[in-house]
Amino acid sequence: MSIDKETARKVAHLARIAVPEDRLDGLAGEFNAILGFIEQLQEVDVDGVEPMVSVTPMRLKRREDVVTDGSQQDAVLANAPDAREGFFAVPKVVE
Amino acid sequence: MTLTDLTIAEARDALRAGETTALALTEAHLEAVEAAGALNAFVHHTPEIARDQAKHADERIRRGDAPNMCGIPIGVKDLFCTKGVASQAGSKILDGFKPEYESTITDKLFTSGAVMLGKLNMDEFAMGSSNETSTYGNAVNPWRAGNSDAALTPGGSSGGSAAAVAARLCLGALGTDTGGSIRQPAAFTGITGIKPTYGRCSRWGIVAFASSLDQAGPMTRSVRDAAIFLEAMAGHDPKDSTSAELAVPDFEAMLTGDIRGQVIGIPKEYRMDDMPEEIDQLWQKGIDMLRDAGAEIRDISLPHTKYALPAYYVIAPAEASSNLARYDGVRFGHRAKLSQGDGITEMYEKTRAEGFGDEVQRRVMVGTYVLSAGFYDAYYNRARKVRALIKKDFEDVFADGIDAILTPATPSSAFELGANFSPIEMYLNDVFTVTVNLAGLPGIAVPTGQDRRGLPMGLQLIGKPWEEGALLNVASCLEERAGFVARPEKWW
Repeated sequence: MSIDKETARKVAHLARIAVPEDRLDGLAGEFNAILGFIEQLQEVDVDGVEPMVSVTPMRLKRREDVVTDGSQQDAVLANAPDAREGFFAVPKVVE
Repeated sequence: MTLTDLTIAEARDALRAGETTALALTEAHLEAVEAAGALNAFVHHTPEIARDQAKHADERIRRGDAPNMCGIPIGVKDLFCTKGVASQAGSKILDGFKPEYESTITDKLFTSGAVMLGKLNMDEFAMGSSNETSTYGNAVNPWRAGNSDAALTPGGSSGGSAAAVAARLCLGALGTDTGGSIRQPAAFTGITGIKPTYGRCSRWGIVAFASSLDQAGPMTRSVRDAAIFLEAMAGHDPKDSTSAELAVPDFEAMLTGDIRGQVIGIPKEYRMDDMPEEIDQLWQKGIDMLRDAGAEIRDISLPHTKYALPAYYVIAPAEASSNLARYDGVRFGHRAKLSQGDGITEMYEKTRAEGFGDEVQRRVMVGTYVLSAGFYDAYYNRARKVRALIKKDFEDVFADGIDAILTPATPSSAFELGANFSPIEMYLNDVFTVTVNLAGLPGIAVPTGQDRRGLPMGLQLIGKPWEEGALLNVASCLEERAGFVARPEKWW
């Protein structure tokens, strides 16, 4: 499996990271080095092995479906780069 | 009595005996921190909080209501959210972020009276083995090689924590460990660091890297201190659904120094062809020390060891790409300046390109790739199957009567900052530690010797799940026989 410039562009976009055009070839090379390393996993016989879901066997705990928190609008917005009138503000998303 | 040279146990006893005060301990350490700018270990200083906490601690000690950590000055890795105090995970993307809440672990520690001196340097989002990916610049190892004045790495990702403890800037520090980030820096700086069993400590309020692997643990100057510190951190937390509902034992009381009849496994797969002779000799010395303590030594096999790093470099980036999706420039931290006409997608893409460093970008994108349609089975699911096999390797040897496993902690001693390794070469630092995270086991690095240039080297002990107490006891036997008393000569 080899990653080309177009795949690198696609992955960068999926990850929502802007990568300048002149960096894409280099990035593809870095991906290929890492994927080459990971490729060793293909040697392992994994027939009949279940993929690990939880490293510690435990039943996911449940709790009552009740409100435990809330009414902290100021705290929630305190770290926002742009908050207005009690909301997070972002560029226009609908035309 | 030099206050900064005390262990946590000694400081606790001195406080209770009225031989010193929390405020005096705190002032001594604040002074040491101020004088150690060259180490770049502390990146956010909190002297007002420290003095306030110390005064409260002194009141409690006077009332006779002092838990073990009461009045003990510590440093906190920047990965922990601390209320009202910058918590950036070593990343530019969290510039200016001051949490409105306290992580469960720091809350527990502060409730028990511990004193926070400040936040400690680390690799960005805990991704690195040399502290060189930090937005704050490199943390520097207080140790130097022989007569050289070249700056060495304290290791990573908990590099600031390791440097601070080794340089006596704090009595202990919080670290976190996803693939070796407590144990490798501990080994590089001649201190003790334990990664507990997955689920022993709450992850709530710790900035997430790879949630199925991340665990917090203490970094200290003795095994006893690690036992005391860990006990104050551990325990069930309803806010972390993976934290275990198990009672926390008195780890310190389990340090009996008696390991007669215990069986210590020596895994043949950890003997690497290109391993430096000094590491191999250290390992052999460690075997002799544990035999001397009355343990039985047995050769064992952990056949899937070789595949641990490749599996890790699928699973950790996959989880990181999901966890780091939250850094979108909307709710906290950095947002890129936008150009006319930029929409929300450009805001995400520019913010993340500016805010994440190279290594974080690389791992997020690798994670995105291995999770993408068409590759999920070939990479991610296969890695999770290999992870199951790695865990089974350990279960098999424990079922065969092995009590603990002894290995080297790292494939080398500390290397120079700026050594310019490729990503894969850097990843190999975790070759002995990463299996432990994949299997969810407790592991501890203990300083055991020095190489010919005088740099510290450590050995790793791996224990059974939830048996940190027994593991610490084996570590104390190693510590006692190694008699590691060397300390870095002050140059900073």
